[in-house]
Amino acid sequence: MSAPSKARRIGVPLAALAALLVVWELLVDLGVVPNFLLPTPVQVVAALVEDAPLITGHCVVTLGEAAAGLALGVALGFVFAVLMDRFETFYLAFEPLMTVSQTIPTVAIAPLLVLWLGYGALPKIVLVVLSTFFPITVSLVSGFRSVDPDAIDLMRTMNASRWQIFWYAKLPAAADQFFSGLRISATYAIVGAVIAEWLGGNVGLGVYMTRVRKSFAYDRLFASIIVITALSLGLMKLVELAQRVCMPWKRAEGNYHDR
Amino acid sequence: MTADERKSQAPALEARDLTLSWDGERIVVQGVTVDVAPGEVCCLVGRSGCGKTTILHALAGLTTPMSGHVLLHGEDVTGRPGRVSYMLQKDLLLPSRRIIDNVCLPLVLSGMRRDEARAKAAPLFERFGLAGCELKWPSELSGGMRQRAAFLRTYLMGADVTLLDEPFSALDALTRTDVRRWFVDVAAELGLSALVITHDVDEAVSMASRIYVLAGAPAAGEPSHVAGIVTVDRVASESFELTDEYLAAKREVMALLG
Repeated sequence: MSAPSKARRIGVPLAALAALLVVWELLVDLGVVPNFLLPTPVQVVAALVEDAPLITGHCVVTLGEAAAGLALGVALGFVFAVLMDRFETFYLAFEPLMTVSQTIPTVAIAPLLVLWLGYGALPKIVLVVLSTFFPITVSLVSGFRSVDPDAIDLMRTMNASRWQIFWYAKLPAAADQFFSGLRISATYAIVGAVIAEWLGGNVGLGVYMTRVRKSFAYDRLFASIIVITALSLGLMKLVELAQRVCMPWKRAEGNYHDR
Repeated sequence: MTADERKSQAPALEARDLTLSWDGERIVVQGVTVDVAPGEVCCLVGRSGCGKTTILHALAGLTTPMSGHVLLHGEDVTGRPGRVSYMLQKDLLLPSRRIIDNVCLPLVLSGMRRDEARAKAAPLFERFGLAGCELKWPSELSGGMRQRAAFLRTYLMGADVTLLDEPFSALDALTRTDVRRWFVDVAAELGLSALVITHDVDEAVSMASRIYVLAGAPAAGEPSHVAGIVTVDRVASESFELTDEYLAAKREVMALLG
């Protein structure tokens, strides 16, 4: 079977989405689902437009927290991954702990963080760091380990230093997996920030969502869902862009296989 | 250089009475002595699992033998990496570097500036059959080209002794024959001494002037040793692989392998 054309790849999912929206609109318009429980897509868009200035303000805060947390999470994950790759004891010590830490639900820690760190940006950033750090570390560690040991032996016969082996062989070998981890982390970052805001704060999309929920403005709740989705997708696109810039050889591989 | 002239000089590479193990206990290779004269291509042939790669690692200085010595032009280099160059069946080109930067790697690793290293490597691309590939990525080259690039990188390591571990076995049959012949020519032209380690009798006979045959079954507790040395009568022929001399040498090697 040949690969679907670009037009089909874009057209088919768009048509499916459109069909879903039409069904949704009809279900509410025909009274199958009462409107006070479920707003129609048209109402959601109207709410989004109406509240745009307000949402933008909250959006900027959430995005700031997510970006700061993600940057710190990546930095911390990088340091951990390098140490785990370099020192086996460090790997043995932290690998299980990190796995366990991932099973702790975010919603369980967020209230504690708010309790300890207050209602400001700090608990949000900390929560984002906690949820982004793991995918970054894991992807980097397995990336570093994916290097062919023969390649390292070869570089040793060229008298390469440990740092040179890291820079020329390990780091590029980990790039692919790192960006996969980063893509996941980017979505975690937005969701993490929103959850932390939801559970305690004065500003941000999560706060906005609790407010509209309490006032039963479900059209606005849906509007904020659209915004969160758009932010996550935007961040993921940004990561893809960064990957294209950082990994020029990846494009060459793609071209070669297409031929 | 004639065979007699070669014999009068110190060997380029010499392994004296090497005894090696995998884990420090079980002996894999016992009392192996090999020498390669300057400008000579020798082969070490043995079945899979007989400890060929273990020998290669010891000769490259990546491991220290239990006993015995590795000498390079008479100098003891046992357990010291970075003195001989080294090439494997896998080209091990870094996918993230362009071909020119891949072949320049040994120069850059030893501290040369990148543009300087590129300038030094560029004129060699023609001779290595890589003209026009300088700025390509490794993934854009065929297997034969990648092996040539790996050999150019090996050459730029600057050592006059090269160890090759089944260098061309992974290529398809026709490319393999061409690249082997090409390798022997280039090695002669550049005055390289090479030890080719392989399980492939054809690879050995088509490249080497002398073949060390390694026999033994270390996994069954029987350490490998050199069972015999076969001298290949390399007649100048377009298709050496079809001559009686080739077949005679091949028969002799196969008999020693048992």
